[in-house]
Amino acid sequence: MAPASKLMSLFEAIKLYVPDGSEVVMGTSLETLIPFAAGHEIIRQKKHDLTLIGTISDILFDQLVGAGCVGKIRAAWVGNVITGSSYNFRRSVEGGDLKMEDHSNLTLAMALKAGAMGVPFMPALTGLGSDLFKTNTSLKKITCPFTGKTLTAVSAINPDVAIIHAQRSDEYGNAHLWGNLGVTSDACLASRYIIITAEEIVSPDVIESDPNRVITPGFRVSAVVHAPWGAHPSPVPGYYNRDHNAFIEYRSNSKTPQKFEKWMRDWIDDIKTSDDYIRLLGKERVVNLKLINHLLSEPADYGY
Amino acid sequence: MATDSYHYTLSELMVVAAARQIADGEIVFVGMRLPLLGFLLAKLTHAPNAVGIYELGIVRDTPAPEPILTMGDLPNLFRAKWLSDTSDVMGLLQNGTIDVSFIGGAQVDRFGNLNTSYIMNSGKITTRLPGSGGACDLASLAKRHIIVMSHEKHRLVPKVDYITSPGYGDGPGWREKSGLPRGGPSAVITSCGIMKFDSVLKEMLLVSIHPGVTVRHILENTGWPLKIKDSLEKTPVPTEYELEILRELDPEGYWTGS
Repeated sequence: MAPASKLMSLFEAIKLYVPDGSEVVMGTSLETLIPFAAGHEIIRQKKHDLTLIGTISDILFDQLVGAGCVGKIRAAWVGNVITGSSYNFRRSVEGGDLKMEDHSNLTLAMALKAGAMGVPFMPALTGLGSDLFKTNTSLKKITCPFTGKTLTAVSAINPDVAIIHAQRSDEYGNAHLWGNLGVTSDACLASRYIIITAEEIVSPDVIESDPNRVITPGFRVSAVVHAPWGAHPSPVPGYYNRDHNAFIEYRSNSKTPQKFEKWMRDWIDDIKTSDDYIRLLGKERVVNLKLINHLLSEPADYGY
Repeated sequence: MATDSYHYTLSELMVVAAARQIADGEIVFVGMRLPLLGFLLAKLTHAPNAVGIYELGIVRDTPAPEPILTMGDLPNLFRAKWLSDTSDVMGLLQNGTIDVSFIGGAQVDRFGNLNTSYIMNSGKITTRLPGSGGACDLASLAKRHIIVMSHEKHRLVPKVDYITSPGYGDGPGWREKSGLPRGGPSAVITSCGIMKFDSVLKEMLLVSIHPGVTVRHILENTGWPLKIKDSLEKTPVPTEYELEILRELDPEGYWTGS
């Protein structure tokens, strides 16, 4: 019997798999493939009390915080990569409205690795002597049972849902990702549900021609959404470049709560579909962000 | 001979100073912003065999084919040597493969502890900064790390409000006692000069001042009585060739403009 298609609208995927109070991991490739479209749908559906999990978050977490969706963040860095601090995040932490669990990239990676491996913690050597231990109860010092040395134990994180933007996926959730992959693989394995948003929906034949590129087995994926330009303004290898201006503009557009309200009205409230978003971006911006220098990999022979 | 094009900005001087800390053939964990340019400049000048490791899961031994603003720009993935997971490149850091790393900071103290998380006042958070990212890992696990930051009195403080990235803690033996396997800061490059660390006391020591800066200015803008090396040097100015390369790397002056 053929498996059932998991293809659905972004609205349905977020409605079904991101209930209020969920622990959500996203932005797992760090600077690339950030699932902005899915994040914006979370804002439109006014989800609240979410816990966001990530390594660095390049403005997506700031947007969700500003929209009032977030109660807690477990991450290594929250800001705007090319401009520095992000304002909604600052306002919320400084105002005492947001709980923060301070990780480093390595401890967050190990927390998801432990979650993926089904063990309660992973040992690490990082952060010893730092104050991360004071603002992160997921970190404890332990003694190595073999060497007697001090280690950092990083408690496992098992998110409720991973939201992953992929270049292409079949309708059953087998998705190809390429480029730098950050903590994506472990985030998928560690999470209870997985939502894939993809630039293109392709046939299983395309995916099965290159199984090494599949990020996680499709049987664990809950929802597949066709979301072209769904990572804009972050870059998607093979599809479009990083829209630096959007990050620079966001800095001033989030400086005050009033400015951020207006930014949300302009970029989120009235967007119903990918087509709406692409229209809002405008032809010129879309053309300018497309790849100019293509580089196709040599096919690998998986035959027998 | 000096020409009009020979004028340089302070940021350019800092990037050049950072680049010169990289030896040829070293494995470098490349941070964001100025350090990104410092690594590329070193590659294109005196360290052609240096290898760059980026926390996104990128390894490359050639500069990106086009100017980039950040490490995730697609030209930085183009013909990379390895695209992988963050835990893979963090593994290289943890297992002792990385010679040198670069980090920026908001606040640093006399023992090189770095804060990029919380500015506090009487136990209350006054400013929330972005956090560690990979900085804590780079400071904990590279064989040595270099700090690049602006030199202001409220940034160079006797004791940081929060240790995001460990330096030498409270002095000699602290890193070993804490369980850190190796490393420590080897230099702090600021907008005024270059500091290194006394090999015994592990305390910051002014070793070089930038052209046009006085020792008095540095002391006035440092939050503790900064020790000064006997044979104080003057930071060499960027060469014309270094500036030419740097301006190709950052043509709009996004990071190194005045």
